[in-house]
Amino acid sequence: MIGVLALQGNFDSHIKILKKINLKHKLVKTSDDLSYVDGLIIPGGESTTITNLLRKNHSLVDGINKLSKKKPILGSCAGLILMSKESNDLRVHNFAFLDVTTSRNAYGRQVHSFEAKINVKDGSISSDIDVLFIRAPKIDKINNGVEVLATFQEEVVAVRQGIHIGISCHPELLNETLLHEICFKGKHEIS
Amino acid sequence: MSKESFKVKVGLAEMLKGGVIMDVTNLEQAKIAEDAGAVSVMALERIPSDIRKDGGVARMSNPHMIKEIQDNVSIPVMAKCRIGHFAEAQILEALEVDFIDESEVLTTADEHAHVDKHPFKVPFVCGARNLGEALRRINEGAALIRTKGEAGSGNIVEAVRHMKMITSQIIELQDADLLEKAEEFRVPLALVKEVAKNQKLTVPNFAAGGIATPADASLMMQLGAETVFVGSGIFKSQDPSERAHAVVKAVTHFKSAKDVLTASYDLKDAMKGILMTDIPEDEKFSNRGD
Repeated sequence: MIGVLALQGNFDSHIKILKKINLKHKLVKTSDDLSYVDGLIIPGGESTTITNLLRKNHSLVDGINKLSKKKPILGSCAGLILMSKESNDLRVHNFAFLDVTTSRNAYGRQVHSFEAKINVKDGSISSDIDVLFIRAPKIDKINNGVEVLATFQEEVVAVRQGIHIGISCHPELLNETLLHEICFKGKHEIS
Repeated sequence: MSKESFKVKVGLAEMLKGGVIMDVTNLEQAKIAEDAGAVSVMALERIPSDIRKDGGVARMSNPHMIKEIQDNVSIPVMAKCRIGHFAEAQILEALEVDFIDESEVLTTADEHAHVDKHPFKVPFVCGARNLGEALRRINEGAALIRTKGEAGSGNIVEAVRHMKMITSQIIELQDADLLEKAEEFRVPLALVKEVAKNQKLTVPNFAAGGIATPADASLMMQLGAETVFVGSGIFKSQDPSERAHAVVKAVTHFKSAKDVLTASYDLKDAMKGILMTDIPEDEKFSNRGD
């Protein structure tokens, strides 16, 4: 069963993806909700809003930190910013699960949001998937121990460090399951 | 506009789910809203309760005021255009606001047609009192629907009525003649079929119009809203920052009465509010646009 952080954001669309790949899900709003989960998704949304709600709940932050030692965590968009070690907005919480530097809204306002195909590469997998970039962040710098999982126009748009994955865009909004499968099902081959 | 670009518009609405969108009239309020955890701010010169009080023609806000807020907050900034006033919408798009609210709170510009929203790159949100209105707006290109409620009233009764109306009309589609419904609603059959099949609108469905307290926010979320707009409720109260924090918390934890209680505990007085019987029928914002 995979937890989906449901403080704010597009947790619905991640739940749809989990259903599609036959994984059970659980909404996570408090530290108690983290019991018995085998992984966690931190969805997109507004990173300042999610930070604000996390700061009111220290036990939830502690619980997520503890979970990260053993279970995979996947973050998209705002989720990536929260998972990164550093971001250009000091107001935003950084869990530091991924040793990367991110910048918020790096493509500009909503009129600059767009649909694209990104190339996912992992072992024998090389696959183009459809995604939306919605007021998306950019990964400016990746440090030691971080693997590139996907690129778009030579820019890094998805990374993995250990068991954790961060994505700057939204495959879940276009029903793409590949990155979720890699994170939670250990998918290494094209099925 | 292609189906793909419509998905990009709805994509932003998806990101705003489980949040609170707050009306703000200046930079100071916008910062209070952002610090309190608002997912977005609606920049407007006068909040609905003042528009109601002042009378006169209410138009799109001064672009300078909107720009100042855009330049100083990181969350999406929305702004309102008059119903049918596509030139105001074009200006707001040129300004790169993140969402345009084609709003009944402003004075109607076209009594016969709403803005054709398809050609725009900026997504639109529109108000609705019932399923027919919601589907007409979606068919015109709206990427997000909100209840009209009765803006500036501090009274939740109309938002409840509109949300329950939309929900029950969607359920009724299960046993209805869909062709008849499509004619009644004046929208394509395919749209009615999709809503009947999925038992939900094809775009997110938010609540607005009269939300003043954490309890109001929880009520609307429990009735099926996916996010709430709070207009006059926050900055017409005695403690805007505390109330803003409290409503944000109440929306996230809307199912936990204990959390909504904690959020409500230390708040001062909410805005006074107006009874619907005290608003003449021709002064109700929600009657504008169909």
